[in-house]
Amino acid sequence: MISLAGRDILHGWGKFVFTGVGLGLLIGVTLTMAGVYRGMVDDGKALLDNSGADLWVVQRDTLGPYAEASSIADDRYRDLLALPGVRAAANVTYLTMQLKRGAREVRAMVVGIAPQGPGTPGWPAHLVAGRHITRSHYEAVADIATGFQLGDRIRIRRQHYTVVGQTRRMVSSSGDPMVFIPLRDAQQAQFLKDNDAIAQQRRRTSENPAFNRPGVPGLLEAAIDAQSSNPSVNAVLVRLDPGARPDEAREAVRRWEHLTAYTRHEMEEILVGKLIATSARQIGMFLAILAVVSAAIVAFIIYTLTLGKIREIAVLKLIGARDRSIAWMILQQALGLGLIGFTVGKVAATFWAPAFPKYVLLVPEDSLRGALAVALICALASLVAIRAALRVDPAEAIGG
Amino acid sequence: MTDSGIIIEGLRKRYGEGDTAVDALRGVNMHVSPGEVIGLIGPSGSGKSTLLKCLGAVTDPTAGRMTLGGEVIYDEGWRIRDLRALRRDKIGFVFQSPYLIPFLDVTDNVALLPMLAGNANAAARGRARELLEALDVAHRDKAMPSQLSGGEQQRVAIARALANHPPVILADEPTAPLDSERALTVIRILNQMARQYHTAIIVVTHDEKIIPTFRRIYHIRDGVTHEEEGEGRELPGTP
Repeated sequence: MISLAGRDILHGWGKFVFTGVGLGLLIGVTLTMAGVYRGMVDDGKALLDNSGADLWVVQRDTLGPYAEASSIADDRYRDLLALPGVRAAANVTYLTMQLKRGAREVRAMVVGIAPQGPGTPGWPAHLVAGRHITRSHYEAVADIATGFQLGDRIRIRRQHYTVVGQTRRMVSSSGDPMVFIPLRDAQQAQFLKDNDAIAQQRRRTSENPAFNRPGVPGLLEAAIDAQSSNPSVNAVLVRLDPGARPDEAREAVRRWEHLTAYTRHEMEEILVGKLIATSARQIGMFLAILAVVSAAIVAFIIYTLTLGKIREIAVLKLIGARDRSIAWMILQQALGLGLIGFTVGKVAATFWAPAFPKYVLLVPEDSLRGALAVALICALASLVAIRAALRVDPAEAIGG
Repeated sequence: MTDSGIIIEGLRKRYGEGDTAVDALRGVNMHVSPGEVIGLIGPSGSGKSTLLKCLGAVTDPTAGRMTLGGEVIYDEGWRIRDLRALRRDKIGFVFQSPYLIPFLDVTDNVALLPMLAGNANAAARGRARELLEALDVAHRDKAMPSQLSGGEQQRVAIARALANHPPVILADEPTAPLDSERALTVIRILNQMARQYHTAIIVVTHDEKIIPTFRRIYHIRDGVTHEEEGEGRELPGTP
């Protein structure tokens, strides 16, 4: 038996292809939206992977350092190093800010890394150019997504940093590229006030009789020193010995150090389940709406095409074509339209995904799910047209 | 009367019920022998189309009896369960417009019926080629319907009607869109095919050009048929 649907498509291929291209662009947008969500999840996982930690130790009862603010004393890492199973522990600070690059600005996450050297938790594992930070101050390693080149000077707060190395795919959970600077500099950048604020605070402290007692020499200086120093970090990244159980180490931190610790799995839950949950729901809504719009478009197109063939359908029924043959013809056309649309959409999404400012990750599983969804939508959308075709009276071919 | 071809006895068709009921057919009696072409003529609203729809098994008669190719297909109710298969295998249709399937070429338009009947593609196309040769349009076998002239399209439509060796062909004003010469050619072809394939052909027509060519004519008026002798005028080109 010849394929009626195939012959019809070949006969009016221009109409089908152009309609399929239009549908395909819509499907491309749908696949891209799924890719945006995947990119957000992948950014979160990249952040965790790149930190090189097995445990994240943060301020008690907070979801820090990525989902909530967290501040702990910068000497607590020594206590953590004493716990059984802990191989390495390093302070880290995170500060998201706008950096100037020429006339343009780039949003980046400035990461303060402990001075122990490469391999320490928090340090970038691989560089694509240049070298690691070797000095205690004013050197930076920037992700290539920031646009900074080796030798560029970056201004962060009051200081300038020279870019000595470059990384790739070192991003925050929001997809902002990272800039690594020495921990001390990062603490200053994060916690130090500007000059006017420091002067005002000193004046207020010196005018406070509690700190400026005539009979207690050195009290005022001590108070001002305490206010000027920055002994806080956002988290301590802990790497465990091979074979050590993260759950046990986490419990030890909670029990003995009165801090909160998260394992890799828990941190992933926080990032994916809490931090990007709203965005995921937003994208889910978009996907649902796009699916409904796609279904409506396919249904309308197939219905219109079917109405244009009412006379032929009446003749086919009159000369003995079975209802299932006619329904199959319409279903095949809907699926054919979906196939053209999906192919165009997949190609379009693949081409335009790299142009997006944030990471868009197109995974084969999503494409497969997308193809199945398109097939299902097309099949459902063709039902209206099939119903109309099956109601055609073969007597219409005879007229009268 | 013959025991094959078409035999219609007391066929009635009523639309609606009660006061609004309309009797479109009031006891039609007809017979057409195999190889015979008869004319069915009558004014608009006389019941021609209703009769054609009843014969074509797309409308249920109200009463009567129809025998087709020696088989009783209707006797106060359909005696055939699968009317679609009946139309496919036992009845050929030729319409005022050829209504060829626009996305199939000439061969496949004709081969479609045997394919629908379950014949293999090669056998169906072989049958199509045979008919296209008989109707002198084999040279256009790969053309699409839109590339054919009106006369060629009607020949292909006749070939399609004959594709499953039906005992009867119902032709609904098949010459209406054609000029005199082409109209007479179509009637000549129908006569030739009727003889060659032993098919009974009913031609519904208003066309004054072709009415004199029929040997027998059924006039239908107010749902009742009256048989009369036709002129049986010789058709040009008839061997």
